[in-house]
Amino acid sequence: MSAIIVKELTKKFGEFTAVDSVSFSIETGELFGLLGPNGAGKTTIINMLTTLIIPTAGDAEIAGYDLRRDPARIRNNIGIIFQDPSLDIGLTGRENLEFHAMMYSIGSDERKKRIREVLDVVGLADKADILVENYSGGMKRRLEIARGLIHYPKVLFLDEPTLGLDAQTRRSIWEHIRKLNRDYGTSVVLTTHYMEEADYLCDRIAIIDHGKIIALDTPSGLKSRLRGDCVSLEIEGEADIFSAALGEKDWVKEVVQNGKMLDVIISDYEKNIPDIFQTAGVLGIGISSINFNKPSLEDVFLRLTGSTIREQEGSRKSVRRERMRRRMLR
Amino acid sequence: MIQGRVVYVLWRREMIKYFRARSRIAGAIGMPAFMLVFQGMGFRRVEFPGLPASIGYFQYLVPGIIGMTLLFTAAYAGMSVIMDKQFGFLKEVMVTPASRTSIVLGMISGSATTSLIQALIIMMMSVLLGFRLPFIPAILSSIVIMVLISMIFINIGLILSSVLKDFHGFSTVINFIAFPLFLLSGALFPVSNLPASIRALSYFDPLTYGVDALRGVLIGHCEFSIALDISILLTLSVMMVFASGYFFRRAEAI
Repeated sequence: MSAIIVKELTKKFGEFTAVDSVSFSIETGELFGLLGPNGAGKTTIINMLTTLIIPTAGDAEIAGYDLRRDPARIRNNIGIIFQDPSLDIGLTGRENLEFHAMMYSIGSDERKKRIREVLDVVGLADKADILVENYSGGMKRRLEIARGLIHYPKVLFLDEPTLGLDAQTRRSIWEHIRKLNRDYGTSVVLTTHYMEEADYLCDRIAIIDHGKIIALDTPSGLKSRLRGDCVSLEIEGEADIFSAALGEKDWVKEVVQNGKMLDVIISDYEKNIPDIFQTAGVLGIGISSINFNKPSLEDVFLRLTGSTIREQEGSRKSVRRERMRRRMLR
Repeated sequence: MIQGRVVYVLWRREMIKYFRARSRIAGAIGMPAFMLVFQGMGFRRVEFPGLPASIGYFQYLVPGIIGMTLLFTAAYAGMSVIMDKQFGFLKEVMVTPASRTSIVLGMISGSATTSLIQALIIMMMSVLLGFRLPFIPAILSSIVIMVLISMIFINIGLILSSVLKDFHGFSTVINFIAFPLFLLSGALFPVSNLPASIRALSYFDPLTYGVDALRGVLIGHCEFSIALDISILLTLSVMMVFASGYFFRRAEAI
């Protein structure tokens, strides 16, 4: 059975089309990622699937209920962890959880049991009676995750679950997400613009740009689209001849020449990199530098969305863009 | 559809936060308390035309200040909705299966309770300053009137909060609305002393009837009749509950 079926879902804000006829489906128990730059339309998709905003066109079915006919039943069966904080900081952690459980009409005994349970899952049992305003960013996020779990949702939506958190907290939240997916069989939909997060967590990833899905596959399936590993070489001597010689080898899939720079896409790099040196030696060509890259999701992303990454924050991105620019200048 | 549990949990949240924020209580009580002390004590011996000599100015003023307390605390109830919106908590409320009607009723009941507590604190202070309380049945009926008054202004605040997005806009608009309502209501002086043109305006002020009804039951003096006052208050508060329910259902959570 599918946890979510989305058919040609569209959302327009005035003239601007935020989500453009998006279709996909998610299996029960799947960990599904929506990956894309800021402003790609990920949050708008989540807001529609969680009944907070009404789609302009298209349909969706969540946990077996129709989005347009049964929003209340859908709300009963989903949990959401919003991108922006949504806790009452004037209440304690436990009071936030109690409030949530009561809004879902969970009875008193069951409520106490479940609160204890979810507090254990996120490791906040000893901090439950402190006011949330005294929590750290990571603790707040964990509390929100606990809150999203308390009514045993069939589908859990996480909108940028680790945005702005330090590496250690991010790791621990990843472990929580995996654990609840495994232990509760909860289907999880998460949005992120962190490649490694999508790579590490998701069974399948939809890459979204300008409101459209431009690729949908498993992380390894996406990476294999790059058709191999990339060796970057800087050549001294006749690069054209070397490039032609490499092009004849059956383990070379593609050679991209840019002046003295060669990007060679190869298979079985363990075996074949020595052959590159041998070929260069035979032709009397010097290799002044070599760089080897296994394809990452980031490369896939760049290949699919082009080099323009519409990122405002995140120094990581600007470093990358700077690297790209330098590569182009060379 | 009204879900009792939802109304209760929203009411309880308001109570927890109210009793935790002592400064908020002190701040909200401060203004009417000052009015009570300085206005009440300062004008104690003044004789107003249109006011029976048997009722001193202080006796006359106390119901007015109670009305003022209700007006300001109730109208500011919308502020907590704005805060919830800005802190993202409103989204969390809206994404639960709770019905919108129950959510609005929960908010109203919470704010009505806090307004009532504030008004009762002012009433107790006034007793310390020499206000002569009537018998218990009259006090109980004054509580009913207080609830009706607070309902009207809570809903004005809620409607505003569904339209406005930020603190500054909200407090500016609320002050712009609340001060004329307060001054026109006859809380401080008999409306009959106003020039006819301004007096006509005061008949459109719900608080005029609220303060008049409070005077009727608390000090046995009113310009209209208690029955008229209460029927106007009741009609208005029911209408306002429906109006804010309507606005709240239409408002987007994000």
